[in-house]
Amino acid sequence: MYFYRSHVLVCGGTGCHSSGSADIIEQFNAELKKQGIEKEILVVQTGCFGLCEVGPIVIVYPEGAFYSRVTTDDVVEIVSEHLVKGRTVKHLLYHDSITEEHDIKSLDEVPFYQKQKRLALRNCGVINPEDIDEYIAFNGYKALGKALTEMTPGEVISTIKESGLRGRGGAGFSVGLKWEFTSKAEGQKKFVACNADEGDPGAFMDRSILEGAPHAVIEAMTIAGYAVGADQGYIYVRAEYPIAVQRLTMAIGQAREYGLLGNNILETGFDFDLELRLGAGAFVCGEETALLASIEGYRGEPRPRPPFPAVKGLFEKPTLLNNVETYANIPQIILKGSGWLQEIGTDKSKGTKVFALGGKINNTGLVEVPMGTTLREIIYDIGGGIPKGKAFKAAQTGGPSGGCIPVEHLDTPIDYDSLAAIGSMMGSGGLIVMDEDNCMVDIARFFLEFTVEESCGKCPPCRIGTKRMLELLNKITEGKGEEGDIEKLEELGEGIKIASLCGLGQTAPNPVLSTIKYFREEYEEHIRDKKCRAGVCDALLQYTIIEDKCKGCSLCTRVCPVDAISGQKKQPYNIDQSICIKCGACLEKCPFGAIVKG
Amino acid sequence: MSAVTLKQNEEKFSKLQLVIDQWKDKEGPLMPVLQAAQDIFGCLSLDVQKYISKELDIPVSEIYGVVTFYSQFTLKPKGKYKIGVCMGTACYVKGSQAILDEISKELNIKSGETSEDGLFTLDATRCLGACGLAPIIMINDDVYGRLSPGDIKEIIKKYKD
Ligand SMILES: Cc1cc2nc3c(=O)[nH]c(=O)nc-3n(C[C@H](O)[C@H](O)[C@H](O)COP(=O)(O)O)c2cc1C
Ligand code: FES
Repeated sequence: MYFYRSHVLVCGGTGCHSSGSADIIEQFNAELKKQGIEKEILVVQTGCFGLCEVGPIVIVYPEGAFYSRVTTDDVVEIVSEHLVKGRTVKHLLYHDSITEEHDIKSLDEVPFYQKQKRLALRNCGVINPEDIDEYIAFNGYKALGKALTEMTPGEVISTIKESGLRGRGGAGFSVGLKWEFTSKAEGQKKFVACNADEGDPGAFMDRSILEGAPHAVIEAMTIAGYAVGADQGYIYVRAEYPIAVQRLTMAIGQAREYGLLGNNILETGFDFDLELRLGAGAFVCGEETALLASIEGYRGEPRPRPPFPAVKGLFEKPTLLNNVETYANIPQIILKGSGWLQEIGTDKSKGTKVFALGGKINNTGLVEVPMGTTLREIIYDIGGGIPKGKAFKAAQTGGPSGGCIPVEHLDTPIDYDSLAAIGSMMGSGGLIVMDEDNCMVDIARFFLEFTVEESCGKCPPCRIGTKRMLELLNKITEGKGEEGDIEKLEELGEGIKIASLCGLGQTAPNPVLSTIKYFREEYEEHIRDKKCRAGVCDALLQYTIIEDKCKGCSLCTRVCPVDAISGQKKQPYNIDQSICIKCGACLEKCPFGAIVKG
Repeated sequence: MSAVTLKQNEEKFSKLQLVIDQWKDKEGPLMPVLQAAQDIFGCLSLDVQKYISKELDIPVSEIYGVVTFYSQFTLKPKGKYKIGVCMGTACYVKGSQAILDEISKELNIKSGETSEDGLFTLDATRCLGACGLAPIIMINDDVYGRLSPGDIKEIIKKYKD
């Protein structure tokens, strides 16, 4: 093995990959060769660093210089200045990563990372996910060794149970209890499965874990197999995640080669192997019984529970199903003991949670914080606040099953229970920030459109009920809302929650009910005053010309597709509201900013 | 069918047969076989479904039920370039609707349709997991992020030539 004097870590997560990090790696290698220092410096492609906003990201060690928004053109400079001459390229450094004196801060002093605690994401952005040796060098597979050689299956289960770990896939069920149920279920043949279907639009932590540290999931599933008595596992991945699939496939191959999967693992006589199965674009397949049906080759329709999968799951056999992030926590709990996790988090929610910060926020990306951190800390201290000086309006958590949280609840310490208490839920960890330009009725409509499309159609409350709700919301956003519509939405919503077969229907009304609860006046404005204060709902907008600003150039009349604008040259023009179709073409064209919508 | 296409077709079916042989004796073979078949043929026509039905001994009606359930399976061939506009929440709150409208205007097709020349298929997709770059679109495997409607014309042009 070579000893390298510098390591260049280039993010190969989806965000940075999409903006060309593969080319950057190639460029680095070519440039190092050109300078003849390719044997002194190692370029490593890692998983996601989390701060996707400023990607592509390159970090150079030992200095820890954090270069942001790097382009292939910058590579020459980094190599010749930093790697050859030892002078960091100041103007490319991420602005929050340097002190006022232009010194480099260590990563955990950068505001974005300061309040974070990276457990599930521990290896992401640190190791090369395609190399099992790097994972092993960071204590990888040590937990598996410990479980297989020093612990009985019962001890593994009680360690997990005592740690207080709850499922990260949404419902927050005790992980240890689920393992215990599966282990006690009757039957010789059992399965372990991993939910990597990540359906919440706006959440990408499972993807980043699979892409950044696939071995952690493999190790955890093998431990789970040992604990519950299964010799076969399945990972069900969304087909939309090609890089994750590729890295998992590679990782499974390496683990088999090292004797960490297959027969007689670590010569303990324990057999376990894994298989990948791909989804095919159905949100409902994230629901556990639908997911198992899909692996079996059927339509992904949920079925009533009980029997729970722990008793009767895949191919009718007892099956343990956990989420990717849940599994990513397991090896460390085994290594460090249950007490270690208990110290982190709140009374009833132990450990950390990864959130995907998105929407109207400065630092979009992935963050992992201890349970109990407040929304304000996540949005302002870590997320860097709202761009362009706009006002915060709401944070949406839990995706199509969750709700919108208004400003008055920003100081709620978040865990499973506190989020449920304010009408939202943890879900898988999508956290979308909305500002004054987002219309809450439109957002509710957006989520309902999603659930209507994704409802599998098996049970009428969900199939028909959500459709009726969507029709009402469409009516309101189109300016045709009537008195009583809000009450109808509430009544329907409550009914659907109670009567639906699976979690999809049981939670589908949440985005509507929570926005009615906190932003009722916006609904009322849409209905009574035919007004959308955010300027989103086209039908409620008026385009008008400000007389003082209009120079009478007639450009707008020429782009108007329906001839709604008239006037005399050099005189202020006028829009006939009865003809206007609100396409916005005139506003885009006007060189004087004389046309406004509102 | 001309002799050439007939031969191509035969080749495709023998490729499919290899996949089927590989999965036949495993549990739950239908999804992986359908996924491979769609890769090979570009879509899952009734002929392909019938072939799979015979080989795996699963009724065609059941296979058709599965094919029409999942949004990634398609009965009709798609365009050479598949444009997916992300309609996930992160992209939506950052204006992906306007991006979709712009592409739709540019290509004169609605979401779900294929252009007459068979070049483009436009789809509104679920979150693509690159929310940090919102709003984003994907054209086949290429991702374009941090877009505004003004960028669309130029991007499409690259694929037209
Ligand atoms: C409609 C619906 C969609 C779901 N989608 C996901 C998902 O994408 N990922 C996930 O891990 N769990 C999802 N779940 C939760 C799973 O049913 C299940 O509770 C979870 O995977 C169990 O793992 P955990 O206990 O480790 O969280 C979904 C549930 C419902 C009702
Ligand atoms: S919401 Fe568009 S990539 Fe996630």
